[in-house]
Amino acid sequence: MFKKILIANRGEIACRVIKTARRMGIATVAVYSDADRDALHVEMADEAVHIGAAAASESYLKMDKILAACAETGAEAVHPGYGFLSENAAFAKALAKAGIAFIGPNVKAIEVMGDKIESKKFANKAKVNTVPGYLGVIESAEEAVNIADDIGYPVMIKASAGGGGKGMRIAHNAEDVRDGYSRAKSEAASSFGDDRVFIEKFITEPRHIEIQLLADKHGTALYLNERECSIQRRNQKVIEEAPSSFIDPKTRKAMGEQAVALAKAVDYESAGTVEFIVDKDKNFYFLEMNTRLQVEHPVTELITGIDLVEQMIRVAAGEKLKLAQKDVKLDGWAIESRVYAEDPYRKFLPSTGRLVRYRPPEEETGKRGTVRNDTGVYEGGEISIYYDPMIAKLITHAKDRKAATALMADALDAFYVDGIRHNVPFLSALMGHPRWHSGDITTAFIAEEFPDGLHSHEPDPATLETLAAVAIAIDHLENSRRRHITGQMSELPFAFARDRVVAIGEARIGASVSDEGGGVQIAFAGKSGKATKPRLLVSSWVPGNPVWHGTIDGREVYVQVRPILNGFDLSHRGAEVKAYVYTRREAELEALMPVKVPADTSKLLLCPMPGLVASIAVEVGQEVQAGQQLCIVEAMKMENVLRAERDGTVAKINAAPGDSLAVDAVIMEFE
Amino acid sequence: MKAILDKLEAKRAEARLGGGQGRIDAQHGRGKLTARERIELLMDENSFEEFDMFVEHRCTDFGMGETRIPGDGIVTGWGTVNGRTVYVFAKDFTVFGGSLSETHARKITKIQDMAIQNRAPVIGLFDAGGARIQEGVAALGGYGEVFLRNVLASGVIPQISVIMGPCAGGDVYSPAMTDFIFMVRDTSYMFVTGPDVVKTVTNETVTAEELGGASVHAVKSSVADGAYDNDVEALLQMRRLVDFLPSCNTDPVPVLPSRDSIDRMEPSLDTLVPDNPNLPYDMKELIHKVVDEGDFFEIQPSFAKNIVTGLARMEGKTVGIVANQPMVLAGVLDSDASRKAARFVRFCDCFNIPLLTFVDVPGFLPGTAQEYGGLIKHGAKLLFAYAEATVPKITVITRKAYGGAYDVMSSKHIRADVNYAWPTAEIAVMGAKGAVEIIYRSELGDSAKISKRVADYEERFANPFVAAERGYIDEVILPHGTRRRLCRALDMLRRKKQERPWKKHDNIPL
Repeated sequence: MFKKILIANRGEIACRVIKTARRMGIATVAVYSDADRDALHVEMADEAVHIGAAAASESYLKMDKILAACAETGAEAVHPGYGFLSENAAFAKALAKAGIAFIGPNVKAIEVMGDKIESKKFANKAKVNTVPGYLGVIESAEEAVNIADDIGYPVMIKASAGGGGKGMRIAHNAEDVRDGYSRAKSEAASSFGDDRVFIEKFITEPRHIEIQLLADKHGTALYLNERECSIQRRNQKVIEEAPSSFIDPKTRKAMGEQAVALAKAVDYESAGTVEFIVDKDKNFYFLEMNTRLQVEHPVTELITGIDLVEQMIRVAAGEKLKLAQKDVKLDGWAIESRVYAEDPYRKFLPSTGRLVRYRPPEEETGKRGTVRNDTGVYEGGEISIYYDPMIAKLITHAKDRKAATALMADALDAFYVDGIRHNVPFLSALMGHPRWHSGDITTAFIAEEFPDGLHSHEPDPATLETLAAVAIAIDHLENSRRRHITGQMSELPFAFARDRVVAIGEARIGASVSDEGGGVQIAFAGKSGKATKPRLLVSSWVPGNPVWHGTIDGREVYVQVRPILNGFDLSHRGAEVKAYVYTRREAELEALMPVKVPADTSKLLLCPMPGLVASIAVEVGQEVQAGQQLCIVEAMKMENVLRAERDGTVAKINAAPGDSLAVDAVIMEFE
Repeated sequence: MKAILDKLEAKRAEARLGGGQGRIDAQHGRGKLTARERIELLMDENSFEEFDMFVEHRCTDFGMGETRIPGDGIVTGWGTVNGRTVYVFAKDFTVFGGSLSETHARKITKIQDMAIQNRAPVIGLFDAGGARIQEGVAALGGYGEVFLRNVLASGVIPQISVIMGPCAGGDVYSPAMTDFIFMVRDTSYMFVTGPDVVKTVTNETVTAEELGGASVHAVKSSVADGAYDNDVEALLQMRRLVDFLPSCNTDPVPVLPSRDSIDRMEPSLDTLVPDNPNLPYDMKELIHKVVDEGDFFEIQPSFAKNIVTGLARMEGKTVGIVANQPMVLAGVLDSDASRKAARFVRFCDCFNIPLLTFVDVPGFLPGTAQEYGGLIKHGAKLLFAYAEATVPKITVITRKAYGGAYDVMSSKHIRADVNYAWPTAEIAVMGAKGAVEIIYRSELGDSAKISKRVADYEERFANPFVAAERGYIDEVILPHGTRRRLCRALDMLRRKKQERPWKKHDNIPL
């Protein structure tokens, strides 16, 4: 076994690999760029080598730097993680030449599977299903019909030069093909000046389902069941699960065996993934093979109990797999949510900056299952502009899909991030979506259900009641504490009224509160004004804690709490609300207050301080999104980045770099 | 007997109606609450006891003899805020527009006298039309009596003014002499002379909001210490503020039991100061992470944002915080920031509130605007305020402490008790580049030489150790343990007693 390995990656995957290596007693070497000097993977590794500037092309993609780091530290093997050099055959070759083991497959496998056409050829040879189609030029409508008949309906007629849906037709029968052929041809001609079209099987309600493979250098290749990754946004996976709710044992076996056949065809070793597209009738077709560890590998690890990184290291060291296909378990259900620094309310605009607060849920295995958080960041760390804005991968594992979903929903409720925008509310909304619950998902799910991202999420009645109850409990705790402030007139703590009204948005929820039953008891006013059966809230929350964690009538609940003027900003199940707890009288008087229309926020960017314009990042006519950088003003030698407060179009720019501006000078105007 | 008791109730009911239901509705229509509703919100439920409910004016001129309304346009009394005694007066806009008469003034002064004698805060709620013109000089006399007591009470008991409607002319000077003024956005304004007079005298056309709304006083003039969206928000925040304040200058600060541990480590503070000295960071993050439960009552949050002032608690006990804000103008000290912080430091010193100062200051702001505006004397105010303060003073230098501003920001030399520095601190006369350009002026043409000199200067001075060698810094501390250090230092200083030479009073450069 290796004594020391180098991880040619950063972020959560570098940390992930280090954890396993450490458990195996292998020393680790991290590499880092200028931007990652204080990164978690550098902190965790036994040694760290600086390999260049922040841009990946200057550091993490620099083979010579990484080879030099290996030489310097005496690392015997390199784990490439995913991305960067993980599927780079030249890198694998260079390592081999230097006598350093590559913790991944052989060069041939990387080369073959890295080529779209080659990989299809190998797949066909290995009798792996590929999407049926005819790539040659089709001369006539009748020829098209013949081809379509061969493929089987429905088919898709596509412009060879096309893209973006233009010149694309779906045909369900021969008539459709005749009609579609001529239309697609003329559209292709007018759009692309090239009227060639081809025909391919049209996959209805496609799902993305992939098979995890594990193979050694001694001819053993196993499939570790499937993962479903249909929840995607613009081909970016968002939620992954294992197993798939769609696959039956028979299909699983068929897919697994084809994947193994493909692996054997390229003498595959190490961990790899064969991606399939699956239609609504469970027909599956090969898409591509990824010759590396996948981002979503943890879901497979949790249902099989196999540490994939450990197996990769052992295989690279020449060990034989100690497993046989029959030993591969499929135990329970695992779900992974990718927590990204992107704003779901603003078209998923990436958000970078300091993680002022970062409190992920605790990693633990309890009676409800396992919560795992693969992360490469820490509170006070930075999400930089140079790399993928992933914050963490949150994974839950439980006895079945429903339990794993419930555990994930709770874990997301407890996932507390401040300082940057993030997609946790979006992930929560996904976990609460009826189509997720029913398993009725396809790769078009997000495009269909969230066409323009997330809109502020109105809480449903149950969530509203939970939020109101937690608001009252928090307020009650703070009131009870104030009763013990020093310097009071009487020695006895003064009494409080018990009636409360919670204001959340337009809603006004009446309740009474008392200390009974070992917690806070809250009786909501029913429709007729009569109190309903009281709810019992038990929690060890104290002011200052970011997350209220407790039980409501025995049900576990996590609510994020951020104090605001006279109230609390509460987040739960993807909803974020401002809650104010009033006494009855306060509520009566509050009802008299005028509703303030937010001031007409002007369409100007004003200079917030006297300073020098360092640079302007936009042009007249450019559309900008809220949060986008507009310009930098230097004041007192400090660079202050000014950002768009809302979406808009730049109408006029009144300043140029080098200009000296006074406070409130108009830098630019918006339409 | 019963009939007599009923009669009292009837009389009270009449008085409570003030100017009548029509005027109450009109008040609500303007988005404002009545005087008694405001007091209800401010005080603990059922704790308010009204005085002088039946007082009426004695004026007979201009037909005033026929219109007498019990209470005379002001509601006064006392009650409790979270169990602690507070005196209050609230102008009743529904009665003679809340205008001040001789008897109305008497009601205020009675409350002020009681508050001074019995040592509890006074809160005034303003919503009035100024002096009652029908009374003439008698009203002016009344103002004077109120002003005198404001001054006598200053530094003895906390005085808070909340402007919740018009406040003009003579009415503005009483709030102006209290410790804090808060305003309600859109429904309150303050000015010495109103838009009409302004138009006649200077020919300027302005609205009341432009002349003296919350957007002016909380942002530009610094007359107000904060602004709120409506009456309810403002009054609930006043309850929060009272919880921070001692009842008088001889009382200790109130203690609010907290379960926030003094040992709470904040590892993220170790990365708060960016590697690049030209990048800003948010000093408020440090404040929120160090104080109890992140609870910070900011004073003047919208004015001179380059310095942050406010109240918080450590181990349940109130502290005053002054901090340079690198996010705004690099945290430089200018006239506005100096005035803002100086007044806050003096307030804390009056009321035994220990001072925590977080320093990241590149110096004083250069320029003609500043010098013409009297930066020398404004800066001196802050220096003076810190130097004369005898409450416990603890300073943490996070990054820059340059030049005279280093001395001003609660340095050892002006009797700060404990001076800490983070390892990122740079205590120097000025930044390395500026220093080198002066010391090695003759080498300015040679950029290689200069950059070497800059590096040398940084190596020598851009750290806390030169100051620590001299004892100007008591200890260089790790950022993540700042809370623990501060809590311990505050405990150590709890019985601090420091005398100043006898004087009638000092002569701060006003």
